[in-house]
Amino acid sequence: MSQYLWYALVGTGLFSIGLLGLILQRHLLRRVLALNVMGTGVFLIFVALARRAGTLPDPVPHAMVLTGLVVSVSATALGLVLIGRVQRLHGRPELPEDES
Amino acid sequence: MMAPERFRPLAGVLAALLVTGVGGMLVWALRSLPPEASGLSAQVRERLPESGVRAEVTAVLLNFRGYDTLLEMAVLLAALLGAWHLGPLRLSRGEVSRGPVMESLVRFLVPAMVLVTGYVLWRGSHAAGGAFQAGALLAGAGVLLLVVRPDALALRDRQGLRVLLVAGPALFALVAGSVLFAGRALLEYPPEHSGSLILLIEAASTLSIGITLTLLFAGGRPRRGGGG
Amino acid sequence: MTPLDWLFDGLLGTTLLWLGWRAVFARELSSTIISFIGLGMLMALAWVRLGAPDVALAEAALGGGVTGALLLAALNRLERQAPGGGKRDDGA
Repeated sequence: MSQYLWYALVGTGLFSIGLLGLILQRHLLRRVLALNVMGTGVFLIFVALARRAGTLPDPVPHAMVLTGLVVSVSATALGLVLIGRVQRLHGRPELPEDES
Repeated sequence: MMAPERFRPLAGVLAALLVTGVGGMLVWALRSLPPEASGLSAQVRERLPESGVRAEVTAVLLNFRGYDTLLEMAVLLAALLGAWHLGPLRLSRGEVSRGPVMESLVRFLVPAMVLVTGYVLWRGSHAAGGAFQAGALLAGAGVLLLVVRPDALALRDRQGLRVLLVAGPALFALVAGSVLFAGRALLEYPPEHSGSLILLIEAASTLSIGITLTLLFAGGRPRRGGGG
Repeated sequence: MTPLDWLFDGLLGTTLLWLGWRAVFARELSSTIISFIGLGMLMALAWVRLGAPDVALAEAALGGGVTGALLLAALNRLERQAPGGGKRDDGA
């Protein structure tokens, strides 16, 4: 097992953990967190794979991850404002269809 | 540990199976990739001298894949506009007393962070750094200010604020588009000016990113202010 | 790769996975957010290990800093609106 493969597997693990949480959790804030963990996993896979180019890693995936990070933060921020709105409208930070 | 796994074990098991399946496929795909692959690094290194900067990631972000970065700036702005549509700004009026340590720490930290922002921005042209890292630092300073002294920034929806918000994407789009009139392709900077153009775009973007992220943290639309 | 490299990467990777698990499945919401911030900080280390200093700078500022602040502020707002309702792990 090489260094890049280890980190790629860790990234896969993070992605899976986030996906599991996204499916099972109902609290919207936890879902946002799960999504962020998934994103982190994906970025890890990307950069780990870029390492295969040798001592000077491939800069294109780095740039993509950088872009992804900023988009991730924007989406999280908007999502959190939306969650506040859902709470004001429904009283709980959960989607109405999820409340059993 | 988790409520649904006690109340709805079937859902938990199914979800775990699904995730294991997806994860397993990913692992299999990763293992089947060749252990050495240079990707695009050779091409980037070859064309780096033409890009106007000496740092590879910055060259990719602002020149080779500048279109993606341009759209990303628009996404950031769109997220802010979305948040503004959802309600007015509501800053907590210091219910917790901050204390002298916090205040003096902020008084030292915020100017230092602004200084480091400028440094990271400048450094992006020849080493790790650039507009996004610098903008994120600036946002950190803004968030710190908002938390400790909400009045210090006097957030009002004024012309000046709006100009600063769009300065980054607007300047980027302007440079990207105006080269069309010089007979070049979109975003094809004239080689002798590409370094300065990139620095200009990055500087404006740093401001926009920092302010946009700070306002996203604040969460709502500021009250309308004067013309300034 | 020396054994020390292996030890470091192994520990870092394992801790990342543990923090990721806690960030999604911890009992208290505040614990999940703090684990997430920790995840962001350690990811910055991982980026350096993988030769991506630009990403490391951005992750430290955005992942740990800005996203962490956003999440904590959101949690604060949720709890002020519904005191006691959002605090315990009732959304899992």
